[in-house]
Amino acid sequence: MTTKLILSLDGAVIGEYPLNAPRITIGRKPHNDIVVNNLAVSGEHAAIVTIGHDSFLEDLNSTNGVLVNGAPVKKYVLQHNDVIEISKYRLKYLNDRPVQASSDEFERTMILRAPQQTYAVSDKSGDTGQFKAAEVVAAPVQPVPPEQVKSSAPPILLAAIQVLNGPNAGRELNLVKGLTTLGKPGVQVAVLTRRPQGFFITHVEGANFPSVNGHVLSGQPHPLQDHDLIELAGIKMEFYLKG
Amino acid sequence: MKLELALEIVAQTNAGMVRAHNEDSIAFDAACGLLVLADGMGGYNAGEVASDIAVKVMLEAVTVPLKKSTAVALDPASGDELAIALLGRSIHQANTAIFEKSRSHAQYAGMGTTIVSALFYDNRVVVGHVGDSRLYRLRGEQLELITRDHSLLQEQIDSGMISVENARHSRNKNLVTRAVGIDADVVPEVRLYDVEVGDIYLLCSDGLNDMVEDDDIQSVLYAMQGNLPLAAEQLIQTANDNGGRDNVSVMLVKVKQDFAQPRSWLLRLLDLFKK
Repeated sequence: MTTKLILSLDGAVIGEYPLNAPRITIGRKPHNDIVVNNLAVSGEHAAIVTIGHDSFLEDLNSTNGVLVNGAPVKKYVLQHNDVIEISKYRLKYLNDRPVQASSDEFERTMILRAPQQTYAVSDKSGDTGQFKAAEVVAAPVQPVPPEQVKSSAPPILLAAIQVLNGPNAGRELNLVKGLTTLGKPGVQVAVLTRRPQGFFITHVEGANFPSVNGHVLSGQPHPLQDHDLIELAGIKMEFYLKG
Repeated sequence: MKLELALEIVAQTNAGMVRAHNEDSIAFDAACGLLVLADGMGGYNAGEVASDIAVKVMLEAVTVPLKKSTAVALDPASGDELAIALLGRSIHQANTAIFEKSRSHAQYAGMGTTIVSALFYDNRVVVGHVGDSRLYRLRGEQLELITRDHSLLQEQIDSGMISVENARHSRNKNLVTRAVGIDADVVPEVRLYDVEVGDIYLLCSDGLNDMVEDDDIQSVLYAMQGNLPLAAEQLIQTANDNGGRDNVSVMLVKVKQDFAQPRSWLLRLLDLFKK
């Protein structure tokens, strides 16, 4: 894994700095880790604190401020490809570790062993946040074959139901949420759920079981097809796919 | 009112879509109103071993003394009500049991577990937790996160280093700052809450709340409050439909009736003097 900053001026790269220390400072004075010798840059202008796999950019009360992707920031969690601007200088942040890693190793819960005193004060907010002595203890990892790992989400299906009778006849309800409720909780409820493989209708509670195309449902989820006719407590509705 | 009549409890656990093992363990005792959920960590099957020890030790450590006494009796050692004292103590006992086992068996070295536990008594619930397993409460239409994760991310949010909005993008979601069985002692967080009839409580491992947004948890619990087994199934299914990258466990409790502790005339008399 490489996490680094690419320093450039007017499009020309003038330095590359790996973020391999817990804290890296940027400023005009020579003791900084990244020295930018320009009068518009404060002596200690900004710092980047790296904890685990995240890097935090902090403006050290500089005179002329810090921009990230064009917006001024005081404190900011850096994301891959962010561009930090200090005066005319640009620092591009590169972190090739994905946010949602596909490897099992990454998401396995691990224990961050904080220094003992952190335990004592950890209920007082404000006293936390120092992790200098922290040490990450990773559990041994069982490899998972990559083909088991689901990566991209399937495209979102669009569908709607239209009420066919009663006072709300003609009304259309877009099924935009993962779960759409028909009825009143505590009394009579059926739900329409959107899953990767399509839409389902399920009876939840109440004396009336919904029917689809004239067949009364059991307690199990029932898959819906385009133009299915749903009937619930006397209300007829048509389900149809969109787009 | 007897607890098993006042509370409806449903519990489900699932390995998810990616993991070969289920390292979560869950257990409950309806008569005592106790639920325990543990999300184990450690190599090979050590995570399962740690979470299994945790739920078994806690269940026994709470239910055995509780059946001989009452939850509202005062614990002489701590001065707290017995329910509160027992729940806190049982987490320490689970910690010792796991820590000893990991020290005596090389293959279990470094194993540990998170815990979230709830003990219902006298129209209240005492909640004990360590790590990032959570307890939520649905009251009316409002879903509220009752526990606060013991995680690096939560500490960063608390100290203002990172906003809740930014926290979604953090790469540090899986780092807990407290766990059971890692060190010789553990600091559990134990808190007491009032319970109302109609409340629904959700205990879950991070396999649920990492995969399903709080708003979606709310809509499932609210819509399906009349059918708790279906609600549990739907939550797990949603986590798996969203990728199911971790084990997912869900325990649901619905408060159907008042469960005030019946008190003897002597206790009632003592209560009068306390006021």
